[in-house]
Amino acid sequence: MYDVLIIGAGPAGLSAAIACREWNLSVLVIDEFPKPGGRLLGQLHEEPDGKWWNGIEEAKILLEKAKQLNTEIRCSISAHHIEKNDHGFNVYTNEGVFEADNLLIATGAAETPAPLPGWTLPGVMSIGAAQVMTNVHRVRVGNKGIVVGVNVLSVAIAREMQLAGIDLQCMALPALNPVTADYGNPVKVMEGLLRIAHLAPSAAIRFGSSFLKGDGAKDLAVKFFPKSGVKMWGMPIHLRKAVTRINGKNQVESVTICDISAKGEIIPGSEKTVEVDFVCIAGGLYPLAELAAVIGCPFQYIEELGGHIPVHNEQMETPVEGLFVAGNITGIESGKVARAQGTLAGLSIANRVIGTDGQLENQIQQAKMNVKTIRENATIQFHPGIEKGRNQMEETFYNILHG
Amino acid sequence: MNKHRILEHPVLGKLANQKEMTFTFDGKKYIGYEGDTIASALLANGIRKLRVHEETGTPRGIYCNIGHCFECRVTVDGKPGVRACLTEINRNMVIESGKQHSTPFKPTDNEVDLPRTYSEFENIYKEEKEG
Repeated sequence: MYDVLIIGAGPAGLSAAIACREWNLSVLVIDEFPKPGGRLLGQLHEEPDGKWWNGIEEAKILLEKAKQLNTEIRCSISAHHIEKNDHGFNVYTNEGVFEADNLLIATGAAETPAPLPGWTLPGVMSIGAAQVMTNVHRVRVGNKGIVVGVNVLSVAIAREMQLAGIDLQCMALPALNPVTADYGNPVKVMEGLLRIAHLAPSAAIRFGSSFLKGDGAKDLAVKFFPKSGVKMWGMPIHLRKAVTRINGKNQVESVTICDISAKGEIIPGSEKTVEVDFVCIAGGLYPLAELAAVIGCPFQYIEELGGHIPVHNEQMETPVEGLFVAGNITGIESGKVARAQGTLAGLSIANRVIGTDGQLENQIQQAKMNVKTIRENATIQFHPGIEKGRNQMEETFYNILHG
Repeated sequence: MNKHRILEHPVLGKLANQKEMTFTFDGKKYIGYEGDTIASALLANGIRKLRVHEETGTPRGIYCNIGHCFECRVTVDGKPGVRACLTEINRNMVIESGKQHSTPFKPTDNEVDLPRTYSEFENIYKEEKEG
């Protein structure tokens, strides 16, 4: 029986645990992965000031702090069901049932698949899979590969793979089909690319971003996008080429790539075969929120936040008493935002357990401000309308409670 | 087994002093590092195929590598359906790849067989009722 059970030992879950332990709550953190740290573990990018954001080190700092506070963290535990009991929650896992008065779901995000013919072949993986192999396990996923899907996440991870000395042929779009939808639409992809343009050493893309604010300009940019792609860190990024098929018998041997129109339609006769031995598919991220659905939390679809989001307020509380959410389950943002949200959620939980306390109240106000500041200063922004999405969520919460 | 390892990294540094562990996959011995998942240890040994599709026999490997897609399920020390991407290797762990199954749920023409699907059951039931 715990004051709070936290599902997910990533930046949000660990920060929340630390905040709860600082207020002396009894805490259990569980995570499905054998190591704590969540998706912090794979992250590695250079900030505009030239410093490296090394997720493994960031995770170590959080873990060290959690350890000092005697936080119970148990890995390799999968939660598959949650029930309400008369005082809180029963959480069903492969290691039995855990009871807690409060529950924080900090399960993060999962990758949207962008299926293509041949995508079940060994050697085809999600871009996140390649990230974990490269940076966490230090295993090469192949000798020469291609990234299918151009977005904030895939460009960042492609860079990480390059750093590790893995040869990438290029990045291109998935061929348009009913599932790949926007990921196969060059104009939509261009919008996404512009949000990371400031990180790109490529003059072409930075140049592009300065005049591409208007919709018409974006269309033009796609129309005149260079045939050879735009190079970012020496690797061509194609918006006018799409992969239509992945070929191979027992594993990936090649991909079939075509030229596409500005609308994403395949130009007949432009088919080419490119030899690769691995393929990374990047369809973007969506909040991993099934557990919140299981316990009956209402949801709201908000495109800016990445999909169906459990309804919550600024303090990370849901309308289900004792249920809190933090991190990417509340909307796709950077690990830094998740970490700040975790602290805020932890303090909110402490508030529910302890009751009114001046110092705690101050800390909550500060944590709220902190989330906002970090969001405003984010280097990697997954969606331009994040603030609008957040406001819509506030309204939804208010309407559910008072509407 | 270091052929596929990233031993040097400009930011993360050298990969050194790893503890080796022996395990078997489909009866063959391999060496992985302590802290490796089954998926990473096998990939480090150049093995990508973890199972075949139960019905068609087509090859499958890792896809998401974080436990969501269940594409990497293998049998570990006799326990089936274990996700290779979430399970750390142990000394002397015995891992078996997923094999092709018989297809008992496909329609059958053999009269002595029991119905294998609900629609087959419904058909037999209908015939009995009408007959």
